[in-house]
Amino acid sequence: MRVALFTTCLVDALFPDAGQATVQVLEHLGQPVEFPLEQTCCGQMHANSGYFEVALVRRYVEVFSSYDAVVVPSGSCAASIHHQHPMIARAAGEHWLAKRAEAIATKTFELSQFLVDVMGTDDVGAYFPHRVTYHPTCHSIRMLGVRDRPLRLLRKVRGIDLVELPRWDQCCGFGGTFSIKNPDVSAAMLADKMEAVIMTGAEVLCAGDRSCLMHIGGGLDRIRAGIRTLHLAEILASTEPGYGTNQLPTDTAETTR
Amino acid sequence: MSAGETIWVDNPPFPANAKQAVNDAQLRRNIRNATSTIRQRRATMVEELPDWQQLRTAGAAIKDEVLAHLDRYLEQFEQAATQRGAHVHWARDADEANCIVSSLVAATGEREVIKVKSMATQEIGLVEALAKRGINAYETDLAELIVQLGHDRPSHIVVPAIHKNRREIREIFLREMGDAPADLSDDPHALAEAARRHLRRKFLQAKVAISGANFAIAETGSLLVAESEGNGRMCLTLPDTLISVVGIEKLLPTFRDLEVFLQLLPRSSTGERMNPYNSVWTGVTPGDGPQQVHIVLLDNGRTNVLRDQIGRQALRCIRCAACLNVCPVYERTGGHAYGATYPGPIGAVLTPQLVGVEHAATLPFASSLCGYCYEVCPVKIDIPTVLVKLRHDVVKAKQPSAEGALFAAAGAVMRGRRRWTRALRLAPLMRLFRHGGPPPISRWTAVRDLPEPPRQSFRDWWVSRSVTKRGDQQ
Ligand code: SF4
Repeated sequence: MRVALFTTCLVDALFPDAGQATVQVLEHLGQPVEFPLEQTCCGQMHANSGYFEVALVRRYVEVFSSYDAVVVPSGSCAASIHHQHPMIARAAGEHWLAKRAEAIATKTFELSQFLVDVMGTDDVGAYFPHRVTYHPTCHSIRMLGVRDRPLRLLRKVRGIDLVELPRWDQCCGFGGTFSIKNPDVSAAMLADKMEAVIMTGAEVLCAGDRSCLMHIGGGLDRIRAGIRTLHLAEILASTEPGYGTNQLPTDTAETTR
Repeated sequence: MSAGETIWVDNPPFPANAKQAVNDAQLRRNIRNATSTIRQRRATMVEELPDWQQLRTAGAAIKDEVLAHLDRYLEQFEQAATQRGAHVHWARDADEANCIVSSLVAATGEREVIKVKSMATQEIGLVEALAKRGINAYETDLAELIVQLGHDRPSHIVVPAIHKNRREIREIFLREMGDAPADLSDDPHALAEAARRHLRRKFLQAKVAISGANFAIAETGSLLVAESEGNGRMCLTLPDTLISVVGIEKLLPTFRDLEVFLQLLPRSSTGERMNPYNSVWTGVTPGDGPQQVHIVLLDNGRTNVLRDQIGRQALRCIRCAACLNVCPVYERTGGHAYGATYPGPIGAVLTPQLVGVEHAATLPFASSLCGYCYEVCPVKIDIPTVLVKLRHDVVKAKQPSAEGALFAAAGAVMRGRRRWTRALRLAPLMRLFRHGGPPPISRWTAVRDLPEPPRQSFRDWWVSRSVTKRGDQQ
């Protein structure tokens, strides 16, 4: 099986740790992964702001059509590829592209979906001795339907102290450019999410989307909450010292904030 | 042509309204309390039904059938209702509808009418239009009465006074009602009792009532109003003349279809198994109830909505307000911020389509696209997708702007690998603005830090790793 990684533009540019961790988890499970350098962005930020970049849809289709599966460490971008790409192509009158986009969407998996459904495992052999709370991002549960896959993966992590996030079903208020266009409402939503996170006493907030984490983490940093944010992949890539090739807990402590 | 009160002309754009609302502590508390209660009730009622998802699918399918053959069902309805003694009128827009209703009331010689709560009459601004003709219309729904007495506007589709708590309601009653007992407490029962006494006289005197309808049955020509208080039942049965303003999308093909909708509506709207009052009437029943029955079928922009393949699903809406009650944006701004008769997620997709996106350009952006509305909508309206589609329409209709230039530039960079790779090397510049920067960055950094940029992009890491790996193999 030829598997490609679509890191998403945000991870490529600002959160390479999440991308590296995704590679490590897959390779640790014996699944080689390729990173086609022609990839850039799925176009979600544009689409959700009203700018339909059909060129980015075409690019995604062309870059990834030769692979058996594409892994995306983002529920939001995976959902955009599934639901928005065909719509954007159709809006541009490119019905053939829409068909191809639909076909590629069926081979595009968010990380937890790929691990549980394609690799058939919810135990990736990770070790992460920290108190963690998990925020299920809106697009991952409502648009994509990852359900409890990320939690199943987290529950199998050795040493983890996983605590439920109160009002976990509530949006964090990021919403892409929503956070800029409606800054006051976004800030009000963020405040409630941060309160819920802080209440858990967790030292790490985990999610499957670096975008939402950038927003919540940015808020937590601003108030010096002393809680760090990690992508699901980063926790799954953490292994016991001396076991495997990496010790992400200490690595990431330096490279993420 | 005028769309009436579909949008309120005196209202600033959503973000400005929202800024004010978000800082109104009392409003925030009132709405948070009320929505979380209804939300919980709805969830309990929905969990009870094992076939809820099938019901939603059926509801959506029935409405889609109506919308696909609206012309046929409308004529069928007109014929059936006329046969049973109702007078059917057609109104293209708010002005026409208001004109028809005013003339009908004027013809009775009455100067006072009683009203059943109705979104369609809000939308066309009927009460204001009647007032201009010297006709007083009295709202009889408790919450609508509170809004009317308070010279206020509704802020919710089902609970129009949701933004007021009982202390505020007590004050309004004492100040405006005229016949409120001087020792009125803020106990909900006492408030309801005061309203009941106030309204009773109106019910007994009124010769004309005005209503909307939740459903119109094409097969039989019947109308249905679902309500909780019984005020609707009084309005629909006591007066001689009954005038109902009904949006053309309210049709259902057959009476049997109510089986689906009378399960979907009460559970979604008030979190009840059944509405306490379901009143159905079909034309005139000689010697029983109103003997003059008028039905005004209202377009007011609906056929425009129908034209749009993605947007038309908004016409399935049964006004249950479940989407408002779960919406994180609505929860923090309340309904007035939307500056329109239909607030919340459904308002954000319906209003711009009814009046044209250029007149409500900020509404499609009044959402974080969290999708909770879609999850609860009993007729499966994919509100987030319609929002995105409308955002696209807004952008297309817009003059060239700085924002547009920024997105175009970002798009150009992302369209080419070399440009993108080079752009990523600029990431460290972000360090300058981590805790504050010029607009629009300041809108982010007002409450959040920007992340510490990485030393290396992912792709640079990947390339260097591949080089090392190859080196290892040699
Ligand atoms: S859009 Fe759906 S959830 Fe919202 S009011 Fe209409 S029917 Fe109810």
